[in-house]
Amino acid sequence: MKLESKIPAGPLADKWNNHKAKLRLVNPANRRKYHIIVVGSGLAGSAAAASFAEMGYEVSCFCYQDSPRRAHSIAAQGGINAAKNYQNDGDSVRRLFLDTIKGGDYRAREANVYRLAQVSTSIIDQCVAQGVPFAREYGGLLANRSFGGAQVSRTFYARGQTGQQLLLGAYSALSRQIGAGTVKMYPRHEMLDLVLVDGQAKGIVTRNLVNGEIKAWASDVVVLCTGGYGNVFYLSTNAQGCNVTATFRAHRRGAGFANPCYTQIHPTCIPVHGEDQSKLTLMSESLRNDGRVWVPKDKADCGKPASEIPEDRRDYFLERKYPSYGNLAPRDISSRAAKEVCDEGRGVGQMVDGKRLGVYLDFSAAINRLGESAIRERYGNLFDMYENITGENAYRQPMRIFPAVHYTMGGLWVDYNLQSNIPGLFVGGEANFSDHGANRLGASALMQGLADGYFVLPYTVTDYLAGVGLSGRPSVDRPEYKAAVKEVQDRTQWFIQNKGTRSARSYHKELGKIVWEKCGMARDKAGLQQAIKDLEALRADFWKNVRVVGSGDQLAPELERAGRVADFLDFGIMMCLDALSREESCGGHFRTEYQDSGEAKRNDDNYAHVAVWEWQGENKHPVRHTEPLVYEEVQFTTRSYK
Amino acid sequence: MVKENGNSDQHGRTLSLRLRVWRQNRGQPGHFEEHFLAAVPETASFLEMMDMLNEQLIREGKDTFAFDHDCREGICGMCSMTINGMPHGPLPGVTTCQLHMRNFRDGETITVEPWRARAFPVLKDLAVDRSAFDKVIQAGGFITVRTGSAPEANHTLVPKQIADEAMDAAECIGCGACVASCKNGSAMLFVGAKINHLNILPQGQPERERRTLAMVKTMDEAGFGNCTNYGECQAHCPKSITLDVIAKLNRDYLRARVKEFFSSTGKPSKGGE
Repeated sequence: MKLESKIPAGPLADKWNNHKAKLRLVNPANRRKYHIIVVGSGLAGSAAAASFAEMGYEVSCFCYQDSPRRAHSIAAQGGINAAKNYQNDGDSVRRLFLDTIKGGDYRAREANVYRLAQVSTSIIDQCVAQGVPFAREYGGLLANRSFGGAQVSRTFYARGQTGQQLLLGAYSALSRQIGAGTVKMYPRHEMLDLVLVDGQAKGIVTRNLVNGEIKAWASDVVVLCTGGYGNVFYLSTNAQGCNVTATFRAHRRGAGFANPCYTQIHPTCIPVHGEDQSKLTLMSESLRNDGRVWVPKDKADCGKPASEIPEDRRDYFLERKYPSYGNLAPRDISSRAAKEVCDEGRGVGQMVDGKRLGVYLDFSAAINRLGESAIRERYGNLFDMYENITGENAYRQPMRIFPAVHYTMGGLWVDYNLQSNIPGLFVGGEANFSDHGANRLGASALMQGLADGYFVLPYTVTDYLAGVGLSGRPSVDRPEYKAAVKEVQDRTQWFIQNKGTRSARSYHKELGKIVWEKCGMARDKAGLQQAIKDLEALRADFWKNVRVVGSGDQLAPELERAGRVADFLDFGIMMCLDALSREESCGGHFRTEYQDSGEAKRNDDNYAHVAVWEWQGENKHPVRHTEPLVYEEVQFTTRSYK
Repeated sequence: MVKENGNSDQHGRTLSLRLRVWRQNRGQPGHFEEHFLAAVPETASFLEMMDMLNEQLIREGKDTFAFDHDCREGICGMCSMTINGMPHGPLPGVTTCQLHMRNFRDGETITVEPWRARAFPVLKDLAVDRSAFDKVIQAGGFITVRTGSAPEANHTLVPKQIADEAMDAAECIGCGACVASCKNGSAMLFVGAKINHLNILPQGQPERERRTLAMVKTMDEAGFGNCTNYGECQAHCPKSITLDVIAKLNRDYLRARVKEFFSSTGKPSKGGE
């Protein structure tokens, strides 16, 4: 597998501008002769599709939801970072770059991260012009707030719904192009394969979810913006439909999958309440500004109501272990600390599976200090949401929280141009791997999705198309397309005809439990080896006993689920292999063998690289390749929050 | 309903339910099917209860009920069930996915139907086609700004009050409960919310009239009814968007028509592109 990062030469600060000046262009009159397929309509996908169409290309955009406005970018709460330095508090492109690299525990690609910080300011301009109602000061200027992992206020926000407002902005730009006829939008379509012609990505195969039609589409280039793989854990904060199928199908066609073991566990989610739960809900990290995290010191107190546990029998474990950062310690560290106390048997809340998995987030001190109305003003909507879900009033008793899978830093390997190792296959947003290293900072996911979609892909895809020339895209009648359609049809038919005994959901739950236990917040060699064995057995059982009801010519949620779970099973094995072979701890990847009394211990001599996995065929383990991470300007340091 | 103590060892109540659920194939007439579902924990969400029903159907070898859902945290706008005659169920200000079973009684009969509106044809069972909403947005629900041509963000001052008002309207999740709850199947709350978001911002002024005319025209063509001030939409909106967006839509529409009539060119605006 050839992995050329194609990082431009020259000083870090000049790389992107120098590179842009060298990228080839396509004459405006010729652009309509090129067909670009964009899969996914979240921030990266909508932004890219709209931008391509504005430039004059013919664009087709696909999403599985009933409307592009529903992609899961919509659920992001906190905000979006940009190095505007409106607050005059010392922010700069370089500072944002350094925070992101450090937050990623030195496992991101330096040049990509610098570019991300550079274009961050243009994103805010673009969104404001679209009418995104960001929070304002009384003078009419934009407001900012601070966020985890940074010492400056650089986060722009629209109440607790920043992702929704940014997505609606990108969706409106996309809608303008759909209305103008320059983008053909295909909602309720799921990509089920990538088509290669002469080694280049030249189209996809989709299933129309409404009528079951399986069809090939030819294009000059394919852009995947299909999100992350957090749902491999079954329970996560992702939407129900989020899946790895688009990127995994591309992986099976030869695209390298980078760093699948990097997953982010968010510390403040509502705990699991029972076996039939389908989803975990995030409570904004901002709550930790005023809430104190604790569990009982004594296991015997765990079943009692919080009000019956006196102050001296409470363990404020974050304040105890990390006195300088306290309840505001970074996401990965806070999550692991909560898991530790629950593993010791000191968790609180309902017993699920014989365990109490929850810790208190207590606002009583803040309510006594500031008054209930001040807390209501800051977090009223979150307290309401909490009450809706749990039936508990967090003004009167502490919230219960527990970490949950939230974001995935790994993804398809891409070079500096966001092109995978398959020519003509570009990957944007959470679906690629390049910018967040081993841990993502808050308010950086929205920034990266829009940076890729608005300000990187339009340049780099154009360069690729200029190289392809006007020889015309392949005809969809070519055997490559027909063969891919046949494969998808056969697989679909197999699911419908296999009269098994177990639902796809039951396999998904079991898969989720295995990877959460063995490849979640803490990992070790023996556990990962066991997980791989268990997953292989589960996969074999799935391909014998899965039961799919319904027919293939209508909305068939069970058929969709079965296909996604099948890919998650293969993917889960690869994720465990990646975690097993990375013999260090970094960011969200914590191997218990590699630690300094509870803190992650990186191994920069041997693991300052990207691990890239190559598909070897059904039931075979993928092969690991590496791309060394070369730091030209940044020095490695150890993160410390004590 | 608030529990005093969420810390007990018990899983809480479980419910046995009689469910009347709409079954329909695309383009064919539909009917209610009756199912019994036991041991539903009160902590489950309404959609998790539907998941349990579907798992039971799979065990029985029967087809599941198709329904739309995605984020399950009340923001994507995809879930769309009419529960006991009320879009998104009995609680004000929540989506179906945020409705939990503790709001129902043991032994209760629950009727579950799709959105019922002429402009939203049923695709299967509880899932409907809401693409008419997208068409309304495509006609004019945007501010024209090409990628890369935006001015520096702080060049445009937006008074806080205006930004807050725009945000109130922009909270609309496009679920369609307003249409489903309206006797006339009117989309005025949805269109009014988008018009209010964009038409009051300084950035939205250049296209204000053409946006309003084009969106209203497309709304009418899509088969939505007119507003006769029942106010059901406001009562069932999961984001608590209020009727005044409709009043403002009417005002802006009148304004646009008058301006069109007296426009210096004398040519009526076509609206949209």
